[in-house]
Amino acid sequence: MFPELNDLLNTTPDKVEQGKLTLLCDAQTDGSFLLHHFLSFYLRANCKVCFVALTQSFSHYSIVAQKLGVSLTTARERGQLVVLEGLKSSVDVFFRAQEEPHPLQFLRKASAGDLQPLYEFVQEALKPVDGEEAAWRCPVLLMDDLSVLLSLGVGAVAVLDLVHYCRATVCCKLKGNLVALVHDSGGAEDEESNTLLNGLSHQSHLILRVEGLATGFCRDVHGQLTILRRTLSQPTVQGERRLTYQYKIQDKNVSFFARGMSPAVL
Amino acid sequence: MAATAPCGSGAEETGSEAAAGKPGGTSFQRKGPRAGGLDRGGSRLVSIAGTRPSVRNGQLLVSTGLPALDQLLGGGLAVGTVLLIEEDKYDIYSPLLFKYFLAEGIISGHTLLVASAKEDPADILQELPAPLLDNHCKKEFDEDSCNDKTPESNIEMKIAWRYQLLPKMQAGPVSSSRFGHYYDVSKRIPQELIEASKWYGFFLPEKLSSSLPAEPCYLTHGYLKLLQFIQSIIYEDGFDGTNPQKKQKNILRIGIQNLGSPLWGDDICCTENCDNNHNLTKFLYVLRGLLRNSLSACIITVPSHLIQNKAVIARVANLSDTVVGLESFMGSEKETNPLYKDYHGLIHIRKIPRLNNLTGDISDVKDLAFKLKRKLFTIEAYQNIKAKLTCENIIDNF
Repeated sequence: MFPELNDLLNTTPDKVEQGKLTLLCDAQTDGSFLLHHFLSFYLRANCKVCFVALTQSFSHYSIVAQKLGVSLTTARERGQLVVLEGLKSSVDVFFRAQEEPHPLQFLRKASAGDLQPLYEFVQEALKPVDGEEAAWRCPVLLMDDLSVLLSLGVGAVAVLDLVHYCRATVCCKLKGNLVALVHDSGGAEDEESNTLLNGLSHQSHLILRVEGLATGFCRDVHGQLTILRRTLSQPTVQGERRLTYQYKIQDKNVSFFARGMSPAVL
Repeated sequence: MAATAPCGSGAEETGSEAAAGKPGGTSFQRKGPRAGGLDRGGSRLVSIAGTRPSVRNGQLLVSTGLPALDQLLGGGLAVGTVLLIEEDKYDIYSPLLFKYFLAEGIISGHTLLVASAKEDPADILQELPAPLLDNHCKKEFDEDSCNDKTPESNIEMKIAWRYQLLPKMQAGPVSSSRFGHYYDVSKRIPQELIEASKWYGFFLPEKLSSSLPAEPCYLTHGYLKLLQFIQSIIYEDGFDGTNPQKKQKNILRIGIQNLGSPLWGDDICCTENCDNNHNLTKFLYVLRGLLRNSLSACIITVPSHLIQNKAVIARVANLSDTVVGLESFMGSEKETNPLYKDYHGLIHIRKIPRLNNLTGDISDVKDLAFKLKRKLFTIEAYQNIKAKLTCENIIDNF
């Protein structure tokens, strides 16, 4: 986890908010560093994590998490972390017909796929086990990323349904958190992606939006992060709070600074 | 049941995880070079000819056949990843990059898998460029072969010179085989080299049965057959380490030409809103799944300028690891632009992967142009020329 991002979000591993849906959105750049942050953050906070890793292989996440000080393999052995490796399982599902329902079964369907097996996988992974009730703090579902589901033939509405079901189970029933990464294609070309993004933005409590600089590539400032926090339940004077920072990704850390205040510029 | 089953319980993983985090021990372990996506010890992989570990994160890299492109991609193409080339408008220069990749595979002794719907793979291999060997390079090869003290090595091989490059004994890391070679585009690769290499061809018209099955499948038939072919080669030749009989320590180089064109049976290049425009993206996803678990690297050329639905292009780019776009000046108004008069087109590095790392190897130079000379394909930054021309204009108008 990145300490500076924790300060910006006003959280620490000791006090973790519950029942929140966090949306990570990237446009024209790669926002996966945010996902690595949340993964290591929740593991440090002693939460039970279910990680749907559709984009990269497990060893990639594992090596980056090691740089951030968390061992994914140890967490997996302890039962704290359950991972669905999308790339590896897709090969299994694709070439061999499975007898039992597999989370990625929709790959074998010609028409729009059904995400129910995936939901059941999540439900199974995060349901409280009798013996270890007090062991983990709260369940967390991390999804990397939902745009891949759109590319694999699932409709935007089906993905929104999946998120709705997962939110009902994880956030409301189990008082846990949900973090999902979505790519913003930017523009009116990808209607499904826009539908998904708008639908998710509407229901999220916290939106972290990452985009490249409008002026182009810069070696010292890699992009801009907008934090949008919405309090849905209590109407307060500040219904919405939007803050913008710029960031630079280093080898083991990401540094954040106010716009125009990059150390390289000052 | 379902919770841990997809999470991979193969024996290959536990071997390296013992190094990663022993229960009760510290989780901070200094790692040696590792291949992207593969859970193996690093020291074994360094000994594969034609590969080298990345200086940044120990990723195992292979050369794309163009040392200039290797440099722009951060040292080379990572094993287990896909290099997507967005073809130029008349498909003149992208086949060159494709052939460089395959030629590099032959020179390095890698196994090739060539797939095309347009040309017979055997014909493609005949047209590969010849490696550029001047006397200086040849001397280097002679010195390397003399390091091995066996009587046979004293005989200088004149025709099958490539065998001189391979060390006789694989005692330690192979430093004698070069990484990245130069090729002479005006000459063809010697026939002996093709015959000495191991390659598999996938020519779509041959593989598809004459009558297409009527029922709709979950993936276009051409793509499905290709995936099954690739998977069978990877498994049978042991590139993914699961086959107990075969212990493969070589790289499989896969080259797929004109993927997404109508010749593959996919109609994303024909209509904008076809019913299933997910075939190409599904194919890429499963292909990447196959590659991540094996010692292979893949180059794909896609006619993205023909794809009607712009959303698909973005999705295809998101699903590939490295994306390079070629834009040729032929037929466009840029042909007469004095800024570009020395060049044949622009090359855009659209995406660099972030593997095992928070950041990728993004090069600082963004304005790149390529030129096909009589013998060589070169890539240069044209920023300097732009500045020079601007200065010249200012001085002239003074």
